Amino acid sequence: MNQKNYARIVLVATLLFIYLIVLPIIFRNQRYLLNIVITASLLSCASLGVWITFSIGRINIGQGAFAGIGGYTTAILIMKAGFSFWQSFLLAGLLAALIGFLFGLVILRLKGVYFAMLTLSLTETFRLIFLNAEGLTNGGNGIMGIPRPGALSIAGITIIPNFGRSNIFFYYLSATILIIVFLAVWRLYKSRIGWIFKAIRISEDLTRSCGINIVKYRIMAYSICCFLGGIAGSLFTVFYQNIFPASFQVNDSVYFMLYCFLGGLDYLAGPILGAFVLTGAFEVLRFIQKYQEGIYACIMIALMLWLPNGLMSLNLGKVFGKRKEKELETTEADKLLKSYNPDSGRKSLKKEG
Amino acid sequence: MVIQMILNGLMLGLSYALIALGLTLIFAIMNILNFAHGQMYMLGGFVVYYFYYVFGLNYFFALFMCIPTLALIGVIFEKFFFRRVLTLGRREESSMLLAMGTALLLENIALIAFGYKEQGVPPLIHGVIKIFGGYLPADRAFIILMSVLLIIGLLVFIYKTRPGRALRALAQDKEVTYLMGVDVNKITMLGFAVGAALAGLAGGLLALTFPIFSGSGTPITIKSFLMIMIGGAGVVPGAIIGGFLLGMVESFGYGLISGSMTYLIIFAMIILLLIFRPQGIMGKPWG
Repeated sequence: MNQKNYARIVLVATLLFIYLIVLPIIFRNQRYLLNIVITASLLSCASLGVWITFSIGRINIGQGAFAGIGGYTTAILIMKAGFSFWQSFLLAGLLAALIGFLFGLVILRLKGVYFAMLTLSLTETFRLIFLNAEGLTNGGNGIMGIPRPGALSIAGITIIPNFGRSNIFFYYLSATILIIVFLAVWRLYKSRIGWIFKAIRISEDLTRSCGINIVKYRIMAYSICCFLGGIAGSLFTVFYQNIFPASFQVNDSVYFMLYCFLGGLDYLAGPILGAFVLTGAFEVLRFIQKYQEGIYACIMIALMLWLPNGLMSLNLGKVFGKRKEKELETTEADKLLKSYNPDSGRKSLKKEG
Repeated sequence: MVIQMILNGLMLGLSYALIALGLTLIFAIMNILNFAHGQMYMLGGFVVYYFYYVFGLNYFFALFMCIPTLALIGVIFEKFFFRRVLTLGRREESSMLLAMGTALLLENIALIAFGYKEQGVPPLIHGVIKIFGGYLPADRAFIILMSVLLIIGLLVFIYKTRPGRALRALAQDKEVTYLMGVDVNKITMLGFAVGAALAGLAGGLLALTFPIFSGSGTPITIKSFLMIMIGGAGVVPGAIIGGFLLGMVESFGYGLISGSMTYLIIFAMIILLLIFRPQGIMGKPWG
């Protein structure tokens, strides 16, 4: 194990220590601040899904729809069918993945802006479905008073006791789920499947000519994305204890993308960093919350103009520096493909760093 | 009843065609999906509201003012934002996020400047025209007439003039257009300005019948995406067909079933259409 790897482990350990121990201790009596970290964790979960669809080269503006599906599934199962949260949580993810799979069969044939436009209208379609299916979803009134998660026991053994309304419990729940999701996506990204995803992004035709069934893999990527959207939506619903057709809208879908971009599309930790930075920054600058969307807009524009590769591409010391080179393997083939057209933007960025 | 729905559909369809034409023009020349198109439409409405109602000037002058105002916004966006991102851009997502950013920005500026309230302008021409048992308010007849004139004007501009020819060339092949001695930067800027102005003009026209408010942009953006998905992105006849179809279907849907159900059905139909023709009705096959 060389020094760089060591530094990286120290960094990850420090971040985990802060996230799992320092933050809950500092915020234990400040319900509001704790809620913000919980929100950021859940947003990261959904954004990681969007990040996966980015990794196969599709621009997904439809994550809001799947968060909505997950949320409504949970709400309906708990309130109308008497399921426990834990059962409905899993079912929410699976249903979102199933619907994503079925849509994926059709819409993944589209590329570029066509895919983006269609997923955007998907978000709007599902909002209308939730609004119109009044028998199930109560229409515009939404579903309110959803209970917080109860105890989880398998085969008579209580694994997670009933924490009632304690927010610390919810904090650890969302943190655990975010870490599990991150590790799972990381494992996937480093595996053969991850390489296939990258290959699909660079050239679908070339990937196919290597004998890879690209239809299977792109549907797989999209279903995983929808699963993550579904579980994040489910957690949001029990966290806020209500859900409305307007809970997940086009703007939310756009923000999921924004988090990925802000962190950096080439980095797995990008969406998480993006979600935490943006959510956190707005609490620090609470007095400007009135202009939140306007500032989001300026951030989006500035980001694309001056930092198209996201926050993670800033060369923050050696730890990140080494990391960058490693992660950039993904774009190595990109570079080759584009070598006839020297990319001045990247060079200038490197000089700055 | 049917006549009435056709009349409404005619007005919606033709003005939608105008919106779709602007979007498709920008898409064809720059390969950018202008998310701010609906917001440009909304600003056009406000331009007419201020010049026509608040300042009490002539309606035609107010409508004309949509052109320089929106063209200016288009030029600023193109020159300072999109040009840089398109030359630096490593991934096509970059320009898309930028476009979303401009949309959010315009909407928020409008929100801060004009507030949430819905505004309206007094009718331009009073009276109702009766056609085969259907009623057509004179204002709506005026919108139909103006939309047709503007569409014809745009087609003449694109197909019969030198800048129009340059625009078409640019849509086909950028490098070759350079080689033919066309000032590509200038023509791109022109295309963006014309596209934005078209959205503004549509907003200014429809201000006569629909309320003007700062949140009206996003629904129009989504609708205009649907139109160019139906007709095929980047194709002029496709935009007209897509806009016209969507307007007609919307009018019949609103007459027969509720508004949100109509859109549900339209979305379902579009997904079905895309299974068989992913490039839209008039689009060229790709990939």
